[in-house]
Amino acid sequence: MRNVWIVFKRELISYFTTPLAYVLIIIFCFLSLSLCLFFGGFIERGDASLSSFFYFHPWIYMIFGPAIGMRLWSEEHRMGTTELLLTMPISPWEAILGKFLAAFTVLAVTLLSTIGMVFTVLSLGEPDVGVIFSGYLGSFLVGASSIAITCAVSALTRNQITCLLVSVTICLVLTLIGFPPISDLLRSSSFLGIKLGFLADICNGVSLFWHSTEMARGLMRIQSLIYFISLIGFCLFLTSVIIRSKRA
Amino acid sequence: MIEVKNLTKQFGPKVAVDNLSLSVRKGEVLGFLGPNGAGKSTTMRMITGFLPPTSGGVTVGGDDMLEAPNLAKARIGYLPESAPLYLDMTVEGFLGFTAELRGKSGSEKKAAVDRAIETCFLQKVRRQAIDTLSKGYRHRTCLAQAIIHDPEVLILDEPTDGLDPNQKDVVRNLIREMGKTKAIIFSTHILEEVEACCSRAIIIDQGRIVADGTPQDLRRRASRAGAVHVVATGLSGGAIEKELGGLRHAARVEGSALAESFSGIVWPKPNTGAGVLAAEIYQLAGAKNLVLSELHEDQGRLDDMFRELTSGNKS
Ligand SMILES: Nc1ncnc2c1ncn2[C@@H]1O[C@H](COP(=O)(O)OP(=O)(O)OP(=O)(O)O)[C@@H](O)[C@H]1O
Ligand SMILES: [Mg+2]
Repeated sequence: MRNVWIVFKRELISYFTTPLAYVLIIIFCFLSLSLCLFFGGFIERGDASLSSFFYFHPWIYMIFGPAIGMRLWSEEHRMGTTELLLTMPISPWEAILGKFLAAFTVLAVTLLSTIGMVFTVLSLGEPDVGVIFSGYLGSFLVGASSIAITCAVSALTRNQITCLLVSVTICLVLTLIGFPPISDLLRSSSFLGIKLGFLADICNGVSLFWHSTEMARGLMRIQSLIYFISLIGFCLFLTSVIIRSKRA
Repeated sequence: MIEVKNLTKQFGPKVAVDNLSLSVRKGEVLGFLGPNGAGKSTTMRMITGFLPPTSGGVTVGGDDMLEAPNLAKARIGYLPESAPLYLDMTVEGFLGFTAELRGKSGSEKKAAVDRAIETCFLQKVRRQAIDTLSKGYRHRTCLAQAIIHDPEVLILDEPTDGLDPNQKDVVRNLIREMGKTKAIIFSTHILEEVEACCSRAIIIDQGRIVADGTPQDLRRRASRAGAVHVVATGLSGGAIEKELGGLRHAARVEGSALAESFSGIVWPKPNTGAGVLAAEIYQLAGAKNLVLSELHEDQGRLDDMFRELTSGNKS
């Protein structure tokens, strides 16, 4: 655990000694607020709720998660420091966990900086605090999942741009398959006489978008928590497999 | 300290290291030589636990690198070939980070960092960001990282690469000094370096050991070792060459005959010392009124031997 902390500390400091973390935080706040105000009808609705705010989060994370995570291993491979890190007396999973937690912390700081939204709706009326909490948790888990996906991809390549593009694509697919127009399309069509409605349910089940919108509505299902946690765990496990097989 | 047994590494169909075994004791400095692509770095990466071997094994201080990697790694200080560093950190911050990973904290960590900075002459740049350092300073920072925990085993991949002549000398002295109490393997392309600081040298080519011995041993294996160099005037070059070839102890003469002089090498017959041959040449010179401007025994040169052992198989 000590080693996880040491790696975590170094990684976090490096996020904040380069402009990267600040730039990302500012972009996230700007995007999430402007999308919510201009396209989410936050003002016209006039009700004290953050659902229009959270609605756009999965879309933003599609790029934001990969942007935070792309340097995790790519940068390490490019500079050759993997060779230093992995010949230290620590196990690879300690390094993976430390790095992931650092990116995770940047995400947490980012979300915390949108706390102004909560005070705004509190002053507008009497929102359901449980729903807000659930929305934040959902948003946080979607972000963490996209970071974990990027973490695995970044272990594959030394090129951060490649990592960004591949991760964005994966997140895009995982988001889109739960997007209502696509679910509706599946539900209304059939293939060789078989109704495809069941596919829509499967797609929703593995979609970042569906789980996060459900949580933004205040529906905190245990399945959703298990989904996010196992997705993150799987990606981190995949990272360790990739790191090991890359050296073989 | 270091035991390497039948180590093999394949990259796809290519065999980079081929059934290589060696052992290094405490107090030994092993020079690792070989042409580009011979497999030196690959071997070192396997010894330090970065690359898993295709087959074979490594133990360091009794701990197996595959079974107890953290124990084995804790004994090793490693300077990788490219001297990789975290460019966004300061020298001090970076060394502090590696000291922590090596299990040090608080005042112990501070002492370790200070000692490494002093040993590698980094005082001037200790608060500088690493990406603003010159190449030599970066290399030394990475070397400082390797010795920060005063390890029993040092694996240094081209430790003097990119250093100025003064610093090369400093690092050689450092290696020689540390070699008294540690087991050290270092690779280099500078052959004088091997004579300057190794107690033993290994030459590998295409992943296999082609020579192993003290630098003196290896030098004697050069084909010219023990021959006599001659530069003489007084007769035409061709005549001198003929005279030399006719000597009782001479086996073979090779060299360039000019109109007025001869310069070349005379090999003694088997079981004849170079001294005997040289004495005979000296007598010949007296008898024929030759002027000898050079007459000495070839001590053997490491780079001759290196070339002879590793240039034959350019496949
Ligand atoms: N990751 C890798 N994938 C494929 N081949 C590799 C890999 N690493 C090394 N090789 C090959 O293995 C061989 C040995 O390489 P190595 O780096 O060990 O040579 P070296 O002796 O250190 O050479 P140099 O003196 O140039 O540093 C080379 O032919 C190299 O191309
Ligand atoms: Mg090399």
